[in-house]
Amino acid sequence: MNLHEFQARELFRDAGMPVPRGRVATTPGEAGAIAADMGGAAVVKAQVHSGGRGKAGGVKLAGTPEEAEAHARAILGMTIRGLTVHKVLLVPVENIASERYVGILVDRAVQAPLFMVSREGGVDIEEVAATNPAAITRLRVDPRFGLLPHQAFRLGSALFDAPSLARQCATVLSQLYQVFMKNGASLCEVNPLIATEAGEVKAIDAKVTIDANELFRRPALESLRDLDAEPAAETHARAAGLSFVKLDGNVGCCVNGAGLAMATMDLVKYYGGDPANFLDIGGSSSPDKVVAALEIITADPNVQVILFNIFGGITRCDDVARGIVEAGKRADIRAPILIRLTGTNEAEARDILAAEGFSAFTSMDDVVRAAVARAAA
Amino acid sequence: MSIFVDESTRVVVQGITGRDGSFHTARMIEYGTRVVAGVTPGKGGRVIEGPGGARVPVFDTMNEAVAESGANASAIYVPPPFAASAIMEAAESGVEFIVCITEGVPVLDMTRAYAFVTDHGVRLLGPNCPGVISPGKATVGIISGDIVTTGPVGVVSRSGTLTYEAVGQLTGAGIGQTTCVGIGGDPIIGTTFIDCLKAFAEDGETRAVVMIGEIGGTDEQEAAEYAGRSLDLPVVGFIAGQTAPPGRRMGHAGAIISGSSGTAEEKIRAFRENGIGVARRPIDIVHLTREALR
Repeated sequence: MNLHEFQARELFRDAGMPVPRGRVATTPGEAGAIAADMGGAAVVKAQVHSGGRGKAGGVKLAGTPEEAEAHARAILGMTIRGLTVHKVLLVPVENIASERYVGILVDRAVQAPLFMVSREGGVDIEEVAATNPAAITRLRVDPRFGLLPHQAFRLGSALFDAPSLARQCATVLSQLYQVFMKNGASLCEVNPLIATEAGEVKAIDAKVTIDANELFRRPALESLRDLDAEPAAETHARAAGLSFVKLDGNVGCCVNGAGLAMATMDLVKYYGGDPANFLDIGGSSSPDKVVAALEIITADPNVQVILFNIFGGITRCDDVARGIVEAGKRADIRAPILIRLTGTNEAEARDILAAEGFSAFTSMDDVVRAAVARAAA
Repeated sequence: MSIFVDESTRVVVQGITGRDGSFHTARMIEYGTRVVAGVTPGKGGRVIEGPGGARVPVFDTMNEAVAESGANASAIYVPPPFAASAIMEAAESGVEFIVCITEGVPVLDMTRAYAFVTDHGVRLLGPNCPGVISPGKATVGIISGDIVTTGPVGVVSRSGTLTYEAVGQLTGAGIGQTTCVGIGGDPIIGTTFIDCLKAFAEDGETRAVVMIGEIGGTDEQEAAEYAGRSLDLPVVGFIAGQTAPPGRRMGHAGAIISGSSGTAEEKIRAFRENGIGVARRPIDIVHLTREALR
């Protein structure tokens, strides 16, 4: 789960990190008033779950409250990589002497938390990794011991030549590690971490991603979720215990298991169709989950055909069949439903479906080809 | 032959009194797996009745269960908050092989559990995996015996139901398996593709390997390089997620394209560059495997 910058900055400040105080505005008038409070000048920053905000025109420097208001008017409501901006953050203007990148993530290759730091700050770190990998210093942290003081200082020295700045930076990195562990993060990033002309190290940006598996024991973080930042269908799916990602095609997909769901989407594409979504109904499928899945898929006006691909294991085919029949009774489903099921309780499922006039395929290849043909018709 | 589990595997089930643990204990026993003990803290002293008159004693701790039953493997079905602790308890108890089925284990918990099992020299499979089955011998986890048959092919996969799909198609075409392993869909897992390829190479009877990967990470690329460099067995590959958008988690916690890395294209390219036949459709896995066995 991604946090907004203003939320991530609060976590950083709680850990004692040097993060200038910012304030959030939802209207241009509010933005102007906040800038006036800050002494007139401010940086106005779009709050969306996306990188590349600066390039998209979502970060602007204002010299006066009037300018801040005008920038906020332009930024609020704009779209950055498909996401609408509902909030702006106003922060003080800093005198920047140098910019650095620091980040920590769970790295699957080293099976542990990994720091990545670079003197190439304020730019896209993916690009640095691709074009100049030597500019990035990496450090694997043993999660049993945490970031050791000499390791933090080594990273600090890799970023700043002046010992005072290196020491301040080491402290910031230790605090960042605390934020990472305490909040169950999978990524914490500061880009840029700056040294001011007065010789102070400050974090003037913040990005935090929380591991979704941690949220059950961190209700305070769950409450930071921004429901405006995701399609309503994804909110609905999460509440129903379904794993769902909206796509742009017209073949609605309902599958058990993430790997099979991806393979089904790929096969739709292979035969010339376009999947409308990724949807995994999970292992133990109750009929209710199937009803919710059908509601979500049919709410998408692009969907021309609905494709079920079920390989019964823990998932019982008869549960899925009952869900399909039940959904048909509760709501008017305009798109045709094509079903493939095989495995646990397949015979019962076929009987249930046959009684309601449905038939079912046994092969994944056949049902996908048929669904693509129907969507094109 | 087979890898990781066979007739000599003696399983203790952690979380045996829970809904999933009790259900799959019965399924494992039905298949002929030797389930010799169970553990649920606070429920020691009970006996779980299984199919065919099986009686499985329940203990409070792994140490007691292993000491009393002589178990050499564990299967974990405990809920996510307790899964990492269950893994570490198993590692300390003296079993050689741990299978963690649990989905949704916090990743930072796993970084500690991974370091712990590595220090103890124990093999961990998973978490968030379907387990492992050696047809005709034993199943540890949740893979159904109905879809497998004995034969010369080793199967290793990051997925659950996609593995069933591929194995079901192989079995339907009369191509049997030595062992089918699901390594799990999480970012931090114990046993990797390379571990499985090495084990299949040392198994005398495996004559070809089917490797089923998905988007996210670079495990498939590393396995492909290993296969190209030092594996004597033919490998058939499949990658799920060619149509997945970047930056979105596709069900599995590990199935996410970050930036430009972890895409299906780069994995398929790594397969091809290392002499691994790539199946574009699940059904092509059967055709390519048949050719590989010739």
